[in-house]
Parts: sequence; C-alpha cells; structure tokens
Amino acid sequence: MTEPVLVAGRKQPRQRRRSPVPLPLLLPALLGMAFLVLPLAGLLIRTPWSELPHQLTSPGVWQALRLSLIAATCATAVCLVLGVPLAWLLARTEFPGRGLVRALVTLPLVLPPVVGGVALLLALGRNGIVGRWLDEAFGVTLPFTTAGVVVAEAFVAMPFLVISVEGTLRAADPRYEEAAMTLGASRFTAFRRVTLPLIAPGIAAGSVLAWARALGEFGATITFAGNFPGRTQTMPLAVYLALQSDPAAAIALSLVLLLVSIAVLAGLRDRWMTAP
Amino acid sequence: MTGPAGPTGPTGLDAHLIVERGDAFRLDVRLTAAPGEVVALLGPNGAGKTTALRALAGLTPLTGGHLVLDGLSLDGTPPENRPVGVVFQDYLLFPHLSALDNIAFGPRCHGVPKDRARAEAAGWLKRMGLDDHADAKPRKLSGGQAQRVALARALATHPRLLLLDEPLAALDARTRLDVRAQLRRHLADFEAVAVLVTHDPLDAMVLADRLVVIEDGRTVQEGAPADIARHPRTDYIAQLVGLNLYRGEAVGHTVRIAGGGPEITAADALTGPAFAAFPPSAVTLHRDRPTGSSARNLWSAEVAGLESHGDQIRVSLSGELPLAADLTTAATAELGLHPGAPVWATVKAAQVRAYPA
Repeated sequence: MTEPVLVAGRKQPRQRRRSPVPLPLLLPALLGMAFLVLPLAGLLIRTPWSELPHQLTSPGVWQALRLSLIAATCATAVCLVLGVPLAWLLARTEFPGRGLVRALVTLPLVLPPVVGGVALLLALGRNGIVGRWLDEAFGVTLPFTTAGVVVAEAFVAMPFLVISVEGTLRAADPRYEEAAMTLGASRFTAFRRVTLPLIAPGIAAGSVLAWARALGEFGATITFAGNFPGRTQTMPLAVYLALQSDPAAAIALSLVLLLVSIAVLAGLRDRWMTAP
Repeated sequence: MTGPAGPTGPTGLDAHLIVERGDAFRLDVRLTAAPGEVVALLGPNGAGKTTALRALAGLTPLTGGHLVLDGLSLDGTPPENRPVGVVFQDYLLFPHLSALDNIAFGPRCHGVPKDRARAEAAGWLKRMGLDDHADAKPRKLSGGQAQRVALARALATHPRLLLLDEPLAALDARTRLDVRAQLRRHLADFEAVAVLVTHDPLDAMVLADRLVVIEDGRTVQEGAPADIARHPRTDYIAQLVGLNLYRGEAVGHTVRIAGGGPEITAADALTGPAFAAFPPSAVTLHRDRPTGSSARNLWSAEVAGLESHGDQIRVSLSGELPLAADLTTAATAELGLHPGAPVWATVKAAQVRAYPA
C-alpha cells in the first residue's frame, strides 16, 4: 500500500526539475555567462594564429614570461616563509589586538594595488622609512629592481595565502598538537611534524592562489618597481605596453597568460578544490 | 623503568587539582595513587573528569593545589616535559603517519635515533598483536586496532603516569568486550600509575583498582569498586554504580567465583577468566528458602545494612556471595528486613551478564 505513495513522492521533484527555468532568472544568467566568456572568445578569435609562432618566439616575450614566472615563484616563496607562521599565529594564539592584526593583514586584498605600490615606495623606497636604512646599512635598494617586483607581488599576494592557511588551520583539530605535546614534542616540533603535514592541502591551495595573484600583479609592480624590460617588466606590464605599439604582440602575450591561468585553475580543481 | 624518578624513588601520584574557569566552574579534586595502581575517575558529563585529566597532562594549567609525581613537582612543567602518556578519547592518531610512525613519534621526540625508535615501535606493535598493520594509516585501522595503537603510542615514552580518556567510548559494543579485556591485561602489566576517566561504571569497575566518583568538580566518593557499589553515598552513585560485579573462572554458562566462592549462572557462555555482573534490581529476597522459584542462582545471605536512595532501598548483603539488592520501601517492610536478618537471594540467569576478564 505504501509503495505507490513512495513512487509518487519520488516523481514530484523530478517533474519540478523539468519545469522551465523562469525567464527573469534565465536571461540575466545567460547574459552574465556571455559577459564572462565573450572577452575570452574575442581574444581567441582575434589571435593572429599565423603570426603566433613568430610572436611567441620573440626574445621580448620570453624575457617577460621568464621574469614573471621567476618573480611570482619567489614572491610565493616569501609568502610561504612569512605567511604560514603568520597564519598559525592568528589561528592558534590569543593576543590583544588580534582582530586588528587580521584586518591589517588582509587589507592588501581590498586595497587598490596602485595604493599598495605607493605605500611600498614610501616605506621601502630610497627615501622611505625602512628603505633609507636598508640603503645606508646594507646598500640594498628595492625600488625599480627585480627584487622590488618580488616585494610588490608578495605584498599583494600574501593575504591570499594567509587567509587560506588560517582557514585550514582553524578547521584542523588543535588537539593533534596537544597529543604531540603529551608525547614530548615542543610546540614548534608539533607544528612541524604534525600540523604542517595536516594542513598541507590548504597551504598548497593558498600557494597556487598567491602565485596566480602574483603572476597577474600590475598596479603595485609598475608603481614600486617600474617597467624596465628584462629587469622589472613582467607579462602584465608587457601586455599593457605592447597594446599601444603592437596589438598583435599584446594578444599573443595575453594568450600565454590565459593558458597559464587555465592550467592553474585545472590544477586547483583536480588536486585541491574537490578534495574531501 | 626509564622514567625520571624523584629522590625518593617511584612513590606514585599525589595531586590536589584545582582548576577554576571563568564560567564559574571549579574543579577541586584530590587524587593519590601508588605505582601500579589503576584509578578511575567516574562521573557524569560535565563533572570535570576531562578537565582533571588535562590538568594532569599539563594541557590545562592548575589555578591552585599541587601535582607531585614520584616525588617531583610537575606543577608548571609544560606537557612535553612531563613523564605522562595520554590515550585520548578518539585516539588522535596522526592521520598522515603509519601505525608504526605514530608509535615511534614519542621516542623520536625524546631524542631516540630514528632506527631505534622504529624498532621499539615495531616491538610495541608485536606486543599489541598488530605486526601486520605497521604500515597502515590510522584511517585503515578498526576501532579496536586504533585503540591499541593509541595505547602503544602513549606507553612508548615509558610514562610514569598513564592517562586514559574514555578509552572504550569510541568502540561498538562487540569490540568493546574484547578491547576491555585486553586493556585490563595491559594495565595490569603497567608498573606506574594509571588514571582513567569514564562515565561507564562497568568500564570503571572492570579496569580500575579504585574509583573516584566526581560530581560538579568535587569528589563525592572514593574507594574500591565493590565497596562503592554496595555502599553508595549519594543517590547519584547508587544509580551510577548499581552493579554487582564478580571475578571468576567461566565454563559455559557457569562462572565459579575466585577463592572457592559459589557459582553464578549467567546468560552468556564463555570459557576462561570472566566477570559476572548483575544490577541490584535483579536480586529478589526471600525470608524462607524458595521452593517453586525458577531462578537459577540461589544464595543464603545476611542483611549487613540498609540505605535508602529515593524510593528505593539498597540492601547490602554478606554471606557466601556479598551483594547489593534494590528493593522498594514496601517490599523491605513486608520482608521485615533489619541488619542481621537471614535471607535467601535469587537472581535469574537471564539477568546476569558474563564478560571475558
């Protein structure tokens, strides 16, 4: 007696799923999709495919791409070395003003990158509060150097890593660290041998996000490090410059960045974002 | 063994744990134990059992009192420097390490070279009967296996104080019987102090030499399991440890009590060392030897004491089998029970459970 009722009960949601999507939702959804896909399609359609091999093998492109990859990777390394301990401090310790510290740490997420670049100049520039001391004491100048590119990219990318790792740390059970301590591990050993392996997926995801952000960084880089080919001219800067003189080259460069982005996204989806 | 001992040698545990929290909770428990002794902290959820355990491990700081282990004051010593091993309730085996590396973790932290630590860990696995699971990650282990790995991990640092937080709570009923019996043997072999926390009176009575019942952060009764079962001091304890428990040798459904005692017929059949247990409510008392009773267990006894708990009266009986019986006030009056009165006690076999010891 109960079976027909059950079958009917199962059918209902199926019918509901088949009913048409209301137009007021469907139209904007399709428009939104087109809005996001169309520019990329435009890029592909207008790509001068016959000229492409020539464009991509030009030394300027490789110079910019190489610099971009190296700078983004170095910036990610800086983010890891400084950002993971910072995330641990925010997630695992109590100190006065922690909320304020977190707000300041995440500020570069919402700060216009150009403002970040100006701020970096004022702090680390030759006459900056720290930069002057770096120059006098060590003869180190950061602005308008490749190291400056790394600094600008790390400044913008670090919040992505900190946020990602802190979230993973909060989700990870802190009692594992306690268990390690009862076995004789110091807090640092517990972090290194237990916590770090446990949060490795979060660190990896954060690193990829930070790396992608560093790779695309434009505003802070051009403000703080300038636009010198071979030294501080990264791919986004090269694209912008090429667009004014040689649009075909700009398209080719953009295509390369698009491919790198797609590769990153694919890597993220397969390896971390769908992981349990 | 290799644990640090104070100038007076291993003298066991002497603790007065005071932990005050902001939410008006206050733990104030005295705890002493000789080396080799197993003490169970028994109490309802929220009584402060786990807080006491964390205070002993150094994970929660004491706000008062003292903590002395083998003559050494541990108050203020960080957890990593205490000769204390902990088996956590859900074991907390490190998920990224194999069973072997989980056990080797403690010795490694104490500076034992990697090869030797792994060899020691392999020895522990063998002792726990888990040689085949050395490379298994914790998620591949069954509940009972994980429990044994957690115990081995805690013992591998040669602690002078072993703490077990609800060691059997995460196991299903079937596994629980076996693991309880194994744990009992391992605890019997352990030469230092063991403190276990549980809300299960059976676990406490089977595993511990002495019970400390705590309620609202305070000790309400302390003593040998049988004494507490027969002379509960509060209604809460009467309900909590309402259990007659005996140790003996089982053959089939019959458990012969150790020391030439009487036989108990149980619902479960097994062979070898066993516990037999039944609740005081399962005991029926008669003034004259019953003739038509179908109960398989019949013992003569003498009323040793009467204590009222709510609408129940717990009758403590001495005789060939010391036991506790719960009667209604009316039944007590009808039987005319008074200390010294001779009675016959019957218990149906179906209400007696037998467990491997």
